[in-house]
Amino acid sequence: MTTTTEPDVESVEAPARKDIQRSGRLAALLLSPTILVLALVVGYPILWGIRESLYERGQGLDEQGFVVQGDKFVGLHHYLDIFSGPNSSAFWNAFWNTTFFTVVTVSIETVLGVAMALVMHQAFRGRGLVRASILVPWAIPTAVSAILWRWIFQADGVANAVIHSQVLWTTEGFHAKLAVIIADTWKTAPFIGLLALAGLQLIPQEVYEAARVDGAGIWHTFWRITLPLIKPVLLVAVLFRMLDVLRMFDLPFVLIGAHKESVETLSMLAFDEATNLRYGSAAAFATILFFYVAIIAYAFVKLLGADILGQVREQRKPQQPRRTPKRVPVRQEATV
Amino acid sequence: MASISRTTRYVRALGAIAVIAVVAACGGGGGGTSGGGSTGAANQLTGRGPITLAQGKDTSGNVQNQINNWNSRHPNEQARLIELPEDADAQRQQMVQNAQTKSDAYSVVNLDVVWTSEFAANRWITPLPRNQFDLAKFLPPTIKTAEYRNGLYAAPWKTDAGLLYYRTDLLKKAGIAGPPKTWDELKADCAKVKGVNCYAGQFEKYEGLTCNFSEAVDSAGGTVVDDQGRPNVNTPQAKQGLDFLVQGFKNGMIPKEAITYKEEEARRAFEKGNLLFLRQWPYQWALSNKKGSKVAGKFDVAPLPGLSGPGAPTLGGHNLAISAFAKNKATALDFIKYLTGEQGERANLLATSEAPTIASLYEDPELQKKFPYLPTLKASLLNAKPRPDAVRYGDVTAAIQEAAYAALTGKMTSDQALSSLQTELGKLTQG
Repeated sequence: MTTTTEPDVESVEAPARKDIQRSGRLAALLLSPTILVLALVVGYPILWGIRESLYERGQGLDEQGFVVQGDKFVGLHHYLDIFSGPNSSAFWNAFWNTTFFTVVTVSIETVLGVAMALVMHQAFRGRGLVRASILVPWAIPTAVSAILWRWIFQADGVANAVIHSQVLWTTEGFHAKLAVIIADTWKTAPFIGLLALAGLQLIPQEVYEAARVDGAGIWHTFWRITLPLIKPVLLVAVLFRMLDVLRMFDLPFVLIGAHKESVETLSMLAFDEATNLRYGSAAAFATILFFYVAIIAYAFVKLLGADILGQVREQRKPQQPRRTPKRVPVRQEATV
Repeated sequence: MASISRTTRYVRALGAIAVIAVVAACGGGGGGTSGGGSTGAANQLTGRGPITLAQGKDTSGNVQNQINNWNSRHPNEQARLIELPEDADAQRQQMVQNAQTKSDAYSVVNLDVVWTSEFAANRWITPLPRNQFDLAKFLPPTIKTAEYRNGLYAAPWKTDAGLLYYRTDLLKKAGIAGPPKTWDELKADCAKVKGVNCYAGQFEKYEGLTCNFSEAVDSAGGTVVDDQGRPNVNTPQAKQGLDFLVQGFKNGMIPKEAITYKEEEARRAFEKGNLLFLRQWPYQWALSNKKGSKVAGKFDVAPLPGLSGPGAPTLGGHNLAISAFAKNKATALDFIKYLTGEQGERANLLATSEAPTIASLYEDPELQKKFPYLPTLKASLLNAKPRPDAVRYGDVTAAIQEAAYAALTGKMTSDQALSSLQTELGKLTQG
């Protein structure tokens, strides 16, 4: 760091450009294994899924009663079935459920997560213990937590004992949605809490001291200082959660069960088609879900998060050219 | 800037090449294996060595015992138990996935009787030579469940028929001589016994509901799908059967929470002493007589009641088949013969009360002494009706569950449910 002498940019522009070119090529070379792996595990399945959705396989029986092997090209048939054909009512119901879960759970989780982060950020005795315990739900696999919650929500379970009434949570109805929302919030609010905590720790103490000197109250400080400063981190957390909830599968499937209209999500429909060996139709559902997720993510970044990267770039440019943006520990949950 | 865009292009090209290469490789590989694997060599039951048995949760714990027994005698052909989820749909799902990836992870698969057609039609299981089994020894209906278009694809291992579990102590206290033979008698008995729920079965929206629904329809003299494979469920008899359950939920004969019951939830409710009558499979007999069950020694089983006489239980059970993609098929065949042999099934019955498929075991005096219900069970089994036999069984059972669940939860009337079920089944059994 100390040995490099900054060359005058104006006078040595040409060699510098060559240098950039060379390092660019080196970068590409070094990155190519990663790109290759990404193409294999991301690009290939997506393309293959789209191809699969245009074909039908193994739907007829031959003379001896064996399933006819081989693919048959059916074009957009599966998509027409989904949007306006026999699958449309199930599709729109699942589409609504998925969207509903996304909006409701992410909203609740954001509020709770920020509250958790504020608690975890305070200096008090046993802070380590509180931080660890808040994170426990996040560490439990979704299917396992779904089983735990199924015990809680069963007819003679803890939930009914607590509220002193007999709600059959796993039957059709709004209570089934509520059960999923409660279990999902319990599990994933800590994720937002964790990321928000990372954001809180980036805020220098002096800012708060200055605010106090200026006479700002707790509420005012929170809205004017804390929230704007953790916003970039929080947006990333919310984006991740949204992408996660949009493909929600295991929680409603294990907690409430298959074929329950009240909680059936798009992933579950795709799964169900695949279970019944209609892979073309399943791939069509999955492709639609993929585009839905992509659109939401794009819109979210455009509307709210466009300046996430912009801000970072702005900050880096003038004064601290070598400073890397703070890394936020991000863990993505693998489902299905 | 120019260099960056060139880099991007370079990277994109690399990615595209990778994708194309992979697509080509997979396409070629898939085409090569799908053609030849299903006939000829694959059907030869050759090869000896370690094998696995894939089946649902070993609730009784006895399958592991039998495997240990086998392993001690076959040190070079060890068998290993792979436990799949408790839920039948989830078991099938895993077996299908295993077959589709042509994995040899599962050698012997424990198939629910309703999956035989689908697995055979897709060539996921190997046809079994009839001369390797003494088929005359098995109960005839159980052989039917192991066949597809006259070929034998599995060996019947355990059979199942719903039985009526009832509390002998409570009936005695109320001065009732014996278990009910008709639904009316059952309702009358419940009226005499206070402080306990009357009746339950398995009514959660899953395979168990299909069994309970079919049973109710068959016990009232109706059918879901007739002998020629044509759906015929929109009949007055079927309605009377369904109404037994629908009215039961409405008037409190069946407790409301029974809509969430699978086998284990129902068993727990019965073992807590909350139920007078329970429709359940034979496996519960041994478990409910264990310590920790409040009803140990206080219950017995009877044939299911029906509308105007004994009911027609749904034929359940499990058959053992050999995965078409397994290694060591000769060992797998021996292992199946070991498990389905008279000795194996006898030992299993003694340990678990799971019903054997070999007819002579029902006449064995020693076994009868231990399981006094065996003659009744045999009669029930010979009277039992199979569930619809369909290659697309998954769709058929989903349609049945949809209709039955809608009727039981009051979303549809019995008439609406049966007529929409008739339409759905009509579509599914065409061609």
